Amino acid sequence: MIGLISNLISGVSLGSVYAIIALGYTMVYGIAKMLNFAHGDVIMVGAYICFCGINYLSLPPVVAVLLAIIACTALGIVIEGLAYKPLRSAPNLAVLITAIGVSYFLQNSALLIWKSDPKVFPSIIKLEPIHCFDGQLTIGGVTLVTVLCCIVVMVCLTLFISRSKTGKAMRAVSEDKVAAQLMGINVNRTISVTFAIGSGLAAVAGVLLCSAYPTLIPTTGAMPGIKAFTAAVFGGIGSIPGAMLGGILLGVIEIFAKAYISTQFSDAIVFAVLIVVLLIKPTGILGKKISEKV
Amino acid sequence: MKNVKKTRRRDFITYGMVIAAYLVVQALLDTGHISNSLKNQLIPICVYVCMAVSLNLVVGILGDLSLGHAGFMSVGAFTGIVVSMSLQNAIPDGIVRLILAIAVGAVTAAIAGVLVGVPVLRLRGDYLAIVTLAFGEIIKNVLTNLYVGADGNGLHISFKNAMAMGMGLDGKTIINGPIGAVGVTKLATFTAGFILILVTLFITLNLINSRSGRAIKAIRDNRIAAESVGINITKYKLIAFVVSAALAGMAGALYGLNYSGLAAKKFDFNTSILVLVFVVLGGIGNIRGSIIAATVLTVLPEMLRALQDYRMLIYAVILILVMIVTNNPLLRSVTQSVVKKLKAPFVKKKDAAPAEGGDSNG
Repeated sequence: MIGLISNLISGVSLGSVYAIIALGYTMVYGIAKMLNFAHGDVIMVGAYICFCGINYLSLPPVVAVLLAIIACTALGIVIEGLAYKPLRSAPNLAVLITAIGVSYFLQNSALLIWKSDPKVFPSIIKLEPIHCFDGQLTIGGVTLVTVLCCIVVMVCLTLFISRSKTGKAMRAVSEDKVAAQLMGINVNRTISVTFAIGSGLAAVAGVLLCSAYPTLIPTTGAMPGIKAFTAAVFGGIGSIPGAMLGGILLGVIEIFAKAYISTQFSDAIVFAVLIVVLLIKPTGILGKKISEKV
Repeated sequence: MKNVKKTRRRDFITYGMVIAAYLVVQALLDTGHISNSLKNQLIPICVYVCMAVSLNLVVGILGDLSLGHAGFMSVGAFTGIVVSMSLQNAIPDGIVRLILAIAVGAVTAAIAGVLVGVPVLRLRGDYLAIVTLAFGEIIKNVLTNLYVGADGNGLHISFKNAMAMGMGLDGKTIINGPIGAVGVTKLATFTAGFILILVTLFITLNLINSRSGRAIKAIRDNRIAAESVGINITKYKLIAFVVSAALAGMAGALYGLNYSGLAAKKFDFNTSILVLVFVVLGGIGNIRGSIIAATVLTVLPEMLRALQDYRMLIYAVILILVMIVTNNPLLRSVTQSVVKKLKAPFVKKKDAAPAEGGDSNG
């Protein structure tokens, strides 16, 4: 029983990281209708910047994390402006390939700057682990902070999207770009803001991911990126609660598969569950059903 | 009648281009004008051309985005290797074994294609793309944990470890889990690659120009309209998908037999994406474009080798710039008018103008 709870907690913790990454995917998809494959690499850049801030500039961890968030936000805006903006009217596949190009670019830049040898991410979360049930169950500090971060991000984002003017604009643009423009919403600026928020969240996710798994290489972001993308689809791409739910479910499934079925086949099991879910609900768990018009 | 002739002429140009390229390269090889690094790229180029053409069948002709094409390639590669290595004593002739390996690779990849295709093709758009991605990852994950060995009693397969196969003393491990295939006898030749391209082209172009091919294109252009005129959507989608998987399996078998060792992680998401890049840059739905793009983009990183560490960076920048430039509406109209003007003196018949690219649906 304790083992089950312990696995559940580590699953939720891993899932929280996926969820934060998935939010970036889902927001960008919802608004720009594009699969931003470079998102996973923004995570990696965020982690590297935080790493450098602490190791080379000896900044306090909080400042380093803030630096990473600011840098990634800026990076997101720059990527969007340089690579995706010129392709606003281009076919989906062209944008997808461009995103892949950006992903290659980020990975190879990281390879040039930080070289291929793995960096050990410093442990910046120095929270004492919590012991419950007479010490039978230990919850690590990183786990706790990750889950808390995820809750904070979720609450803030939901409030931002539902209450603020920019959030309203984002919802309008994702509903109907042309109509939003006619209502005087600056579509380009709204898309930029979406990218900025998504990339800023990616930096948070990068720091959390590397706190849990401290090896940092230029391809660190690739696999979590794919998994989080899967999570976003799992929950119904374009839906923010869906990304959250999908991310956490994916994390829990992954940890449970590792613990109870097979360590080697955990990835296969995660993806198999995704396929089964999509076959039952073709637009994800919380996805909107799109009716087709003739 | 005119229309049939036009497609046929276009196909002949494609075949001719491949044959001419083969003859030129072969001549250069004989006279020793090709560097060693490029020589090592010849078979991968052939493989990637086949991969690009087969993926174009799904992405361009059927109009569904597949992100797991490398999965079928790996199925073909690993079965090809197993067939070739286990029959080493029974069939000493390398060419026969190579043909057999490619054939079996195609069949198993086709079976995988059916298994993936039946559930996947119910979905649409990005959801379909993500499920093909998921299947690609599953195939990779399973093959990473696959152990195959051969001894006097036949084949032994295990998903645990090499010991669990329970082979006899004369047993030989062919596929060793995460390490992948080991000690493979190289059978692939450039000529075999060239013939494989021709076979792939023959199958693909004939399918496209057949009744089934027209049905597939009709589904791509308007699914509901196609369904309402009585086209069986699932059947034709599955045909395109399975043929594409089988062709990828053939290419994979050739690829597998080109190296002495091969790990399943070689066929990851990035390989699927690489092939997709060939298809998109060559022109979606344009078979000849796929061939050219696959060749150029496989050679390009080699050409950029002088730039050392910067080569993949430059490759990425080129990729982004090409996408932006070719999709710029202003630039597009300018190049189109220039092309039209350049073509004008050569075009006698009015119908010859919209030759290639007319097929692409964007």
